[in-house]
Amino acid sequence: MSYTVRARGIRKAFGGKQVLDGVDLAVPANSVFALLGPNGAGKTTLIRILATLTRPDSGTATVNAHDLHSDPRGVRRSISLAGQYAAVDQILTGRENLVMMGRLLRLSRQAARHRADELLEDFGLADAADTRVKAYSGGMRRRLDLAVSMVVRPPLLFLDEPTTGLDPRSRQQLWCVVKGLADAGVTVLLTTQYLEEADRLASTVAVLHHGRIVAEGTPAELKSRADGASLDDVFFALTESDADANADFSFRGAIR
Amino acid sequence: MTYAATDVATSSSLTDIPIDISVMIVRGMRRSLRDPEAFITALMLPVILMLLFVYVFGGAFAAEGGGRYAQYVVPGLIVLCAGQGAGTTAVAIATDMSSGIVDRFRSMPIASSSVLAGHIVASLARNLLATALVIGAGLAVGWRPSAGPAQWIAAAGLIVAFIFAMSWLATAVGLLAGSPEAANSATFAIWFLPYLSTAFVPAGTMTRVLRPIAANQPFTPIIEALRGLWMGHTSTGASTGHEALLAVIYCVAIAGLSAVAASYLFRHRAAA
Repeated sequence: MSYTVRARGIRKAFGGKQVLDGVDLAVPANSVFALLGPNGAGKTTLIRILATLTRPDSGTATVNAHDLHSDPRGVRRSISLAGQYAAVDQILTGRENLVMMGRLLRLSRQAARHRADELLEDFGLADAADTRVKAYSGGMRRRLDLAVSMVVRPPLLFLDEPTTGLDPRSRQQLWCVVKGLADAGVTVLLTTQYLEEADRLASTVAVLHHGRIVAEGTPAELKSRADGASLDDVFFALTESDADANADFSFRGAIR
Repeated sequence: MTYAATDVATSSSLTDIPIDISVMIVRGMRRSLRDPEAFITALMLPVILMLLFVYVFGGAFAAEGGGRYAQYVVPGLIVLCAGQGAGTTAVAIATDMSSGIVDRFRSMPIASSSVLAGHIVASLARNLLATALVIGAGLAVGWRPSAGPAQWIAAAGLIVAFIFAMSWLATAVGLLAGSPEAANSATFAIWFLPYLSTAFVPAGTMTRVLRPIAANQPFTPIIEALRGLWMGHTSTGASTGHEALLAVIYCVAIAGLSAVAASYLFRHRAAA
């Protein structure tokens, strides 16, 4: 099997707190891989490391066969980053955002405009094309964020908590979009704190807890571990500990 | 849906950096024009300050050489407005850094320093416009410089160098501050310092304690060099050439140090 991401022993501490404590990861090509974990588990840090935004304290990784340390530019050519903190320019319009990214990715002016029109159509934003992003709803902003990630189709898409803070309807829409991307052959590494999201979208789920991968498998495999119970039960069994009973409690509250 | 229309970007090379920079400049200009509040403030400020200083305070200030206060204050107002402009730039950078889009740029195969270039050019454009307004307002209220074409060209060069240095300084401050609010307070020094220079009154009229500060702080040579070029004499008694040389040294030092600091901060700040 070929892997789009291979990571070994990734460690990272911030101010004495060990956020990632030796993470090994293998994301198969053309799959949707979900990194599941509560707030503060280190999901975003791991994504930032793999996207060349943060340097790990130790550990190695390749992304699309480019080494993180020796060929960060190769990594950047292979990835697109989207998610939680919708990374679009709020002061520009949706169309301007898309054309800008097209130009930065070396499309000609005309090709960038053409691609922007296509994506606005595909992501249901044609009517809001010339509205400033500031006036977009949360769901529209995330869709634009994803569209921007797809200006040039990357081999690997990082989706950091793509539906956190969205209403159920927008979440459904976004799930459809992600499924469409996966069908088009994009490898997706997504982080989520929603079990349902991992269950719906991912072919492989890894549970990240206290900076380590504590379980990994298909949603079905993980469920069978807990005698056919829901993925929730597996998750809570894996991530519950005395040290962070409070954190888990609030996390439970947040997803119910 | 058709996602697959376009394939992976071909590798970008050094020759593509001008594209990155021009895209970022367009972005910076658009952002400037679309913040009407800041933009109108920036445009009104020079005019309001000119009227305030010439018609409200001007009568009480015994302007050097006995002329109207407008003959004295123009260079000072240019520096004051540039300080204000630096605040806008620092806040713009800090706002940008605290939004996700800079992370996206940094995760792309582009010259990420072009993000800073976009801000610098937008800052230059805003501040040169403000400077032009100060000069226009000055001429409207009776400022009559004696400078010939050569002095005007030298003054223009000095202004560009000064605003360039201020823009880099503001960029470094904005990156260091981390949040727009912190950036706003951090630029306090930049817009307050001109008051403790020869911008509005000659150093000789200040108390004994302030005199050496006003005579030797970095804004004074720039103000005095402009004053010397335009009016033929400085308020410090030093020659125009001496003040201009000092001004250029200050501009180069501030721009150089700030640019190094800003590039370092830009590469490392988001790593935390």
